[in-house]
Amino acid sequence: MQIIYAIIALGLLGLLFGLLLSMAARIFAVKVDPRVDRVKELLPGANCGACGYAGCVNFAEAYVEGRTSANGCIPAGKETSKAIAAILGQEVTESEPVIATVFCIGDNTKAADRFIYDGIEDCAVAGRFNDGFKACRYGCLGLGNCVRACPFDAVKMGSHGLPVVDQEACTGCGLCVNACPRNLIKTLPRSDQGHLVLCSSQDRGKSVSRACSVGCIACKACIKACPQEAIEMDDKLAVIDLDKCDDCGECVAACPPGTIHPRSAVPKKLGEEKEFAENAASAG
Amino acid sequence: MERLLTIIFVYILVENFVLHRFFGICPFLGVSRKMETAIGMSMAVVFVMTMATLVTWLLYSFVLVPYNLEYLQIVTFILVIASLVQLVETTLRKISPTLYQGLGIFLPLITTNCAIMAVALLAVREEFTFVEAVVFGLAASIGFSLALVIMAGIRERLELAEIPDVLQGPAVTLITAGILSLAFLGFGGMFTL
Repeated sequence: MQIIYAIIALGLLGLLFGLLLSMAARIFAVKVDPRVDRVKELLPGANCGACGYAGCVNFAEAYVEGRTSANGCIPAGKETSKAIAAILGQEVTESEPVIATVFCIGDNTKAADRFIYDGIEDCAVAGRFNDGFKACRYGCLGLGNCVRACPFDAVKMGSHGLPVVDQEACTGCGLCVNACPRNLIKTLPRSDQGHLVLCSSQDRGKSVSRACSVGCIACKACIKACPQEAIEMDDKLAVIDLDKCDDCGECVAACPPGTIHPRSAVPKKLGEEKEFAENAASAG
Repeated sequence: MERLLTIIFVYILVENFVLHRFFGICPFLGVSRKMETAIGMSMAVVFVMTMATLVTWLLYSFVLVPYNLEYLQIVTFILVIASLVQLVETTLRKISPTLYQGLGIFLPLITTNCAIMAVALLAVREEFTFVEAVVFGLAASIGFSLALVIMAGIRERLELAEIPDVLQGPAVTLITAGILSLAFLGFGGMFTL
């Protein structure tokens, strides 16, 4: 007899709650655009926030409501963007794939420290403390704000205290660009073509060479050496126009501290930075 | 009135559900990384725990006891809590989208929070009256929130501290929780039921 009571009681309770829930679902139904779900399924789902929305779901909602475009999601890539655009019957305006590049090669063997910093492990904090512990006011502090900002594990701290961007993992989302308090990271079109002045210092030549053995000393030797006239001075820093550069390599030979490197030589994953650092040291 | 006040203080400070009885450790460690999520979770728990105690007490006293079905309490309570959470979720979504956005992800998590179940079971075992049971549910959930918010505050500061490699991540969190629990032992005997 007991068991029958138990079955009836639980069965009735279950039925009651079930009815209550289904009624609630009917009464309080919220209409969700089914396209939001379809867009959400196509997205990478890393919730990286590079699109400017809190997560992939928010981006999907914003896209369906027309507040952003299909290629707003940078990590999604070309194919996915097309598929997302197809849901709303739109065409994608193609955007060139980009990759993050660090514009500083003054690692801890080449750029001197002014004092021992023992504070919070954060580039922004360290940089504000007496202009940072590095002798160079513009150089990478190596405390890894960019590493922590990367949702794809593409930025890793190299052995000499400079971040290395894994070219396979980098999606070009640009979060590390914003994370760097010294603005040392830029996104460039994905390619191995061209040469780069891997320095961001705006100091006078004398102070640069005192602080770092591979910093741009603004001597303009590269400008004179370049047959393409692709190099210009941006205040006290040489900048190479990648559209004009034809990879002749004259500037590399002309640069006294060895700041200029071909893009193909930039470390492409963790481990390659050791060799690069040795080559850079001997070039200077 | 005096007994109600005692219940409140005992279950917030002395027999804190997380730090003294070790219920709900999963959300305690899981969502205490940021103050914002900790507060969201706390609000959701306060709401669901009080509601759950209310409903389970009524069911126990007016359905299970009269038919001698007390041994079904665990199954019944699971049913009640799961349905209640689902009900709250659907209702909130329609009535207050802002609150739903805030509590949204925490509500389904609460279904599996053992602290809720424990409150429902203890309210019955301690033979509380109806009012006492509801106050007990409220106090227990406030105690849970207190522990969660304190933990979130500590962890936010720990983020900026330099922690030895071996202790990073869960290790230092568990140690913090342990010390916090020890600190709450200091309230022992201050109030008794």
